[in-house]
Amino acid sequence: MNQPIRRIATLTCLMFLALLVSVTMIQFVRAPELNADARNSRTIYEEYGRERGPIIVADQPVVTSEPVDNLYNFLRTYQQGELYAHSTGYFSVAFNSITGVERYENSVLGGSSQSLALQRLKDLITGNAQRGGGVELTLDPDVQQAAVDALNGQRGSIVVLEPDTGRILAMVSIPSYDPNLLATHDAEAARANYDALVADETQPLINRAIGGDLYAPGSVFKVVTATAMLENGYQPNDLIDAPTEYTPPGTTHAINNPGELACGDGSGQATLLQSLRQSCNTPFAIAAVDLGEDTVREQAEAFGFGQSLSIPMTVTPSQFPDTATQAELAQSAFGQFDVRVTPMQMAMVASAIANDGSLMKPYLVDRTLSADLGVLSVTNPEEYSVAMSENTAQLMTDMMVDVVANGTGYRAQIQGVEVAGKTGTAEISTTIPPHAWFIGFAPADNPEVAIAVVVENGGYQGFGTDGGSLAAPMAQSVMLAALSD
Amino acid sequence: MTAAPRAASPGRLPEFLLTVIAVLIGVGAYALVNLGAEGSLPGNFVIISAGALGVALTAHLLIRWAAPYADPVILPSALALNGLGIAVIDRLDIAKNTSHASSQAVFTLLGLTVAVLTVVVLRDHRILRRFTYTSLVIGALLLLLPLIPGLGREIYGARIWINIAGFSFQPAELAKIFLAVFFAGYLVVNRDNLALAGPKFLRLQLPQLRHLAPILLAWAVCIAVLIFQKDLGTSILFFGLFVSMLYVATDRLSWMIIGGLLALGGGFVAFQAFPHVTARFTVWLNAMDPDVYNAPFGSYQVVQSNFGMASGGLFGAGLGQGYPGIVPQANSDFIISSIGEELGMIGVFAVLSLYLVIVVRGLRSAAYVRDGFGKLLASGLSFVIALQVFVVVGGVTRLIPLTGLTLPLVALGGSSLLCNWIVIGLLLRVSNAAREPQIRSSEPLPPAWEYDGGGEPPHDLTPRSPSSPADRQETQAVQLP
Repeated sequence: MNQPIRRIATLTCLMFLALLVSVTMIQFVRAPELNADARNSRTIYEEYGRERGPIIVADQPVVTSEPVDNLYNFLRTYQQGELYAHSTGYFSVAFNSITGVERYENSVLGGSSQSLALQRLKDLITGNAQRGGGVELTLDPDVQQAAVDALNGQRGSIVVLEPDTGRILAMVSIPSYDPNLLATHDAEAARANYDALVADETQPLINRAIGGDLYAPGSVFKVVTATAMLENGYQPNDLIDAPTEYTPPGTTHAINNPGELACGDGSGQATLLQSLRQSCNTPFAIAAVDLGEDTVREQAEAFGFGQSLSIPMTVTPSQFPDTATQAELAQSAFGQFDVRVTPMQMAMVASAIANDGSLMKPYLVDRTLSADLGVLSVTNPEEYSVAMSENTAQLMTDMMVDVVANGTGYRAQIQGVEVAGKTGTAEISTTIPPHAWFIGFAPADNPEVAIAVVVENGGYQGFGTDGGSLAAPMAQSVMLAALSD
Repeated sequence: MTAAPRAASPGRLPEFLLTVIAVLIGVGAYALVNLGAEGSLPGNFVIISAGALGVALTAHLLIRWAAPYADPVILPSALALNGLGIAVIDRLDIAKNTSHASSQAVFTLLGLTVAVLTVVVLRDHRILRRFTYTSLVIGALLLLLPLIPGLGREIYGARIWINIAGFSFQPAELAKIFLAVFFAGYLVVNRDNLALAGPKFLRLQLPQLRHLAPILLAWAVCIAVLIFQKDLGTSILFFGLFVSMLYVATDRLSWMIIGGLLALGGGFVAFQAFPHVTARFTVWLNAMDPDVYNAPFGSYQVVQSNFGMASGGLFGAGLGQGYPGIVPQANSDFIISSIGEELGMIGVFAVLSLYLVIVVRGLRSAAYVRDGFGKLLASGLSFVIALQVFVVVGGVTRLIPLTGLTLPLVALGGSSLLCNWIVIGLLLRVSNAAREPQIRSSEPLPPAWEYDGGGEPPHDLTPRSPSSPADRQETQAVQLP
């Protein structure tokens, strides 16, 4: 009977060999593929199980990982969640989703970044659990809070930049939401909260500052057209055509000035300065047709229109449309037709003028830190483009100072500080109230802040709104907060 | 048959040392689980460790006394598996907020007691031959118990449990042992008949038809068990047990081939006829398919267990540091994936190696033991351990379709643990007989040092003709009361 017993032994060994091969297939050969499968929640559990690094604003951690007694070990916790929601984003295990800085700086926060290799080695030797590094934002909490207060619950967005660096001092999108609602480990609650936020008509999850439905800019776009005019031989005090009504070639549709008023003294001509101060439409329409579509577009692109930008979140490119007719080009010149912008883009326009024509690349992440808060990297300011000559920038500054000092933007005045700005009222249709805009910077001679404000559909003012009465005072209070630091 | 070992080394010192190592493995795993998952040692750690060491060494000493020549590797291997199993179950208790580890520990104590009792009470395994047909009756009754209304319970779709006074028991586990005893007793008597040549078919020497009847009957019984209890795994085990013992008894490969074909045929019929078997095949073949994954009774479990093993990789997440709790039934049917996740491929290989050690040592005892009954019993029980491990790990790793079986000695389950320890006890007993020095009464007793410490006997594994003198001894063994 020993022969068959030996054969049974051989068979047993073969069976076990097959098992070893099968186990090797799963744990070694196919492991990368299985680990990458979206249904393998361990990947995200591991990120939670690791102590994720903090997101820091002005030396205060605003997002932390709190130890909890469950599968994930740590609960991502958002202090002042609503204030920073659109910058920080959220880290949700319930639906395996990461947004905002949480997502774009995930390699540092989650600890997998190459820059953290040394720390990982140290943790391995000392036996510490792997930890993520910290991310320090450029936001200024006072300015951020002032922007939220200024909007006062009205749907819209405020972006504040430091013109000579591109640092984002404030980026607010209202309505906001509490990321803790989505970060909760209670999957059912997270799902319900998420569904409620998605179903909310006011779309709180959308970051209006950089990625919402783009806005019609209205008259604030005249700053772009005016820059193109100055760059192409116009002077602020030259008299240009500024009729009360202008019908572009190839159409019967007349363009009027706001309120169908005469521009300047009613002679049919006005200076560029006067046109901007009063926010006339016709002189810009005529000038755009005169300059041609390409010239205006190139100027817009120099400001960043149609260009890719990440702050590190991706900023939806603003659009200067292809205009099929001169009528469309004329409309576009003062921000109507299909011109669509993000508040970030308009803050960049203001910032480029403030910085002598040099547009600095906006950025939100100031520094990345190791888990021991040693500095891993510092973001160096970077020029994004040269939007105009220094001379043009100076002339634009002077004109925009005039808009605030003597024109539609007077409500943005700050005592003792020279403020430059431009208002906008972007008409949408006869049934939907217009958006109220203001862009500007201060102090005009040595700019510290550039700002863009948009309030959707006139906010509480509804149809009676305009940029000067609604957006300009908001810009004033936010700039005041920024300058008083 | 084989020659008797010339000078057996009892190997008690190696067993002592290996037992200590086995306890250290279990206790160490328990410590790591708690350090990894909770960051601290459990409060009762010292008491538990001392208790485990005391119990294991007591078992070692009793076996040393009752079966001094028993294989020294089997007990420590089983202890290591059992200890590791408790640690992993404790790990899952922490993950899922349950408390199964303590009951598993109690059953381990009981199991070890039963194993020792088996060795102590059963002074000679050949006594079991007297109970050949009694075993058949008991085995069959045990197998059918779950079908009795009121007594049997259906869990996860399989009716393989009985409930007595609040305790659940899987009688098939015990039936496995009784049927092994019956098969061994029956086959050792009828092996010549079964080995008789019958008609030839496709160059395959078939047995005579009337001798084919028992295997057909066994096959039919297994299918019946499958049908009524929806228990694929147990029917595979019984069938494998029977065919392997038949093969050992007759040395006729045709039995294996016929058995294999019948098993495939039965599997195919089951695949066609029973939706739950069809579902298992679908899961096996298309596990990653999202539809199969999301379907009720779909591949979620298997896929999640594969994810766990994959995330463990070569070295594992470390005990207490993975997420084994995600896998449903992680402490019973899928415990190998918990081990794979936290101890890695190396850990799984180690566990499989321990099983292989037990199985090969069992088969070696079968080869060396001098009576046919012992050979059949030991080889049958050893093979059934191997088959069970193969079916479980093969099912989890999708080598074969998944069947509901648990990993012997490691997985959660009192009845399974008790019965597997009885099997270990029986293997120890047979191995003692295999390694006992054969002393002819005509020769004077050699001094102890001549066969003590002389190392393992040389293992002569060359085939022998059936007419070798050892066979005559076996004939004598048949005549024992």
